[in-house]
Amino acid sequence: MDTLNIKINGRDYTVPTGLTVLEACRYAGVEIPTLCYLKDINEIGACRLCLTEVKGARGMVAACVYPVDRDGMEIVTNSTKIQEARKTNLKLLLSNHDKKCLSCVRSGRCELQKLCNDYGVDTVDAYKGAMNQYEIDDSAPHMIRDNNKCILCRRCVAVCEKNQSVAVLGANERGFNTHIGCAFDQDLWEVPCVACGQCTAVCPTGALYERDETDKVWAALEDPTKHVVVNPAPSIRATLGECFGMPIGTNVKGKLVAALHRLGFDGVYDTDVGADLTILEEANEFIERVQNGGKLPIITSCSPGWIKFCEHNFPDFLDNLSTCKSPQQMFGAVVKTWYAEKNGLDPKDIVVVSIMPCTAKKFERSRDGQSAAGVPDVDVALTTRELARMIERAGIDFVNLADEEFDAPLGITTGAAAIFGATGGVMEAALRTAVETLTGKELESVDFKEVRGTQGIKEATYNVAGLEVKAAVASGLANARELLNRIRRGEANYHIVEIMACPGGCVNGGGQPIQPANVRNFTDLKAIRAKALYEEDANLPLRKSHDSPVIKVLYDEYFGKPGSHKAHEVLHTHYQPRETYGKDR
Amino acid sequence: MANTITKIPFKGTKEQQEELFKAIDVYAGQSGALIPVLQEAQKIYGYLPYEVQKMIAEKLQISMEKVYEVVTFYAQFSLQPLGEYNISVCLGTACYVKGSGNIFDKLQEKLGIKNGECTPDGKFRLDACRCVGACGLAPVMTINDDVYGRLTVDQLDGILAKYGFGK
Repeated sequence: MDTLNIKINGRDYTVPTGLTVLEACRYAGVEIPTLCYLKDINEIGACRLCLTEVKGARGMVAACVYPVDRDGMEIVTNSTKIQEARKTNLKLLLSNHDKKCLSCVRSGRCELQKLCNDYGVDTVDAYKGAMNQYEIDDSAPHMIRDNNKCILCRRCVAVCEKNQSVAVLGANERGFNTHIGCAFDQDLWEVPCVACGQCTAVCPTGALYERDETDKVWAALEDPTKHVVVNPAPSIRATLGECFGMPIGTNVKGKLVAALHRLGFDGVYDTDVGADLTILEEANEFIERVQNGGKLPIITSCSPGWIKFCEHNFPDFLDNLSTCKSPQQMFGAVVKTWYAEKNGLDPKDIVVVSIMPCTAKKFERSRDGQSAAGVPDVDVALTTRELARMIERAGIDFVNLADEEFDAPLGITTGAAAIFGATGGVMEAALRTAVETLTGKELESVDFKEVRGTQGIKEATYNVAGLEVKAAVASGLANARELLNRIRRGEANYHIVEIMACPGGCVNGGGQPIQPANVRNFTDLKAIRAKALYEEDANLPLRKSHDSPVIKVLYDEYFGKPGSHKAHEVLHTHYQPRETYGKDR
Repeated sequence: MANTITKIPFKGTKEQQEELFKAIDVYAGQSGALIPVLQEAQKIYGYLPYEVQKMIAEKLQISMEKVYEVVTFYAQFSLQPLGEYNISVCLGTACYVKGSGNIFDKLQEKLGIKNGECTPDGKFRLDACRCVGACGLAPVMTINDDVYGRLTVDQLDGILAKYGFGK
């Protein structure tokens, strides 16, 4: 490896070539503050917080874009001159910022607030003058946009365009009037936003945030006429601990269940049951399409952001989508039908709360065709962040909770369901069941390692009972677009395709705990979080969805067999084409 | 944010659309195609309303917002059509110190439109401009090719009436 010898703050370091000043300093253990920088997708040198001095360079340079390109380079990152420059820039940002920090959803976790603290910028009115006043955009079911808190870092614009190829957010107008918005300054829900919430996960301030629905849950929990059940998605156990200062990638399943018990839910169940059920239905649908000449490739339908993206951008692929509801919706549907009948409950009196890594789940639950019992399958979909807020407010000492188990009858799940939270997980789970069904033989190894990992697009071919099964997996909607375009152009063909809207899958969903950019840029969040799920899978006694005793009961008592008439009524749904460019409705 | 789709109905013709598509074909596939396409489109239609930006987005296969952010960044592009009568009030230094700001404000009030907008009937459009080179006549306003100098706010009703305002 080629290296360069440089000086950082007077000390000698040897660093690899090809780094920016920011990366080289990070390599040497020196952190430089940033607000706009997102590695690979937003390297624009705009916020001027990363100003550093490089000997010989004209003026101060933006560390995030300035290359370390010569031996003997001398970098200073923290002189008083630099500190003063950063302070001035923070004051200028504050001069047009809604400083109602007390009531801000991001207070305590705001990157701007933290830097102001770090740099002692307490004179919030250092520069008085005109301030922009923006209407709050609360048109979307999943999130709120408050431009009064926006610092124009464009991190949201970058994830929306580069990672997701959705590009509904951009910087409109110029100069003092510059603001983040949609085409023709329409509301977010009038344009083809897919509700993935990736923008809310990267916003450094409180300008973009999930629609908080915790009040609905508090009210239901206090209502004696309501039977309130909760179910956390597979990936929540791999991420919730981060909200309480635990290391990234800690599996907190037992504490999560204990906390939900303490919040007072009548039943604490596992969305993984919904995931196992999804696999039975989806594997059956796949086999039927293969055997009866149905539409291939079959494309998974668990990710509502992906579904809306497909409806907007690939309406010609709607028949490829599996008609299976997502695990959240299957779980809710089972509770409002089978569970209600079994327990003598009126579905109207049941409140299903799901804990999701995803903002799009808030949209999904209100879609057509998601009401098996005539009432919505799911009543409230909270994000991981909202659940953390409830646990904090309830005064539960999360970190020190003793592990507890999910409740019967919807608490026993398999490793196949556990890995639903990571890209490739649904594919692997489906293959475990589909292959055993097709061959009639038990798999020697249930590991389909070719579809694991965080690459954007993965391909694998498996020989199953004489059939070459071609599989592809994509995560991140820009990768999904690329993959579908290849299929559209006839350059690739597959039997089965898994798509998750968020890069890396649900572990990196838009509703997951917010990690500041200085962590996000230098940590592979999606890989570390996913590892927790694959470990859970490896350690569970049951690793194939069709081995789950809960699933057996559900089919024996209620659905008969996968793909039955009853299953179609309760567990399947439909899709609708939407406008690609213009107004959605 | 106020939605900026103009209330004036789009009157684009098939011929204009064909011309636009021809212009897009010239640039499509090149990097940096958007700005020349927008310039051509504005030449064809006189402005860049929703319908035109949508056609451009579809043809170039980019999102509407990617088009809109460029349109709103550059002063050369307009979201509003030209009116039958286009009023420009000079807000350059000389005119401004002679009170053109008041004239501009009064016109906004009378016409019920803001800078760069067109009245819903398509009759008048109002723009602030920078120096028409007649500083000796400050404050100056032009309506199409007619020039009005040494203006006072009181004269506005009479001038607008000549162009059928209020009828």
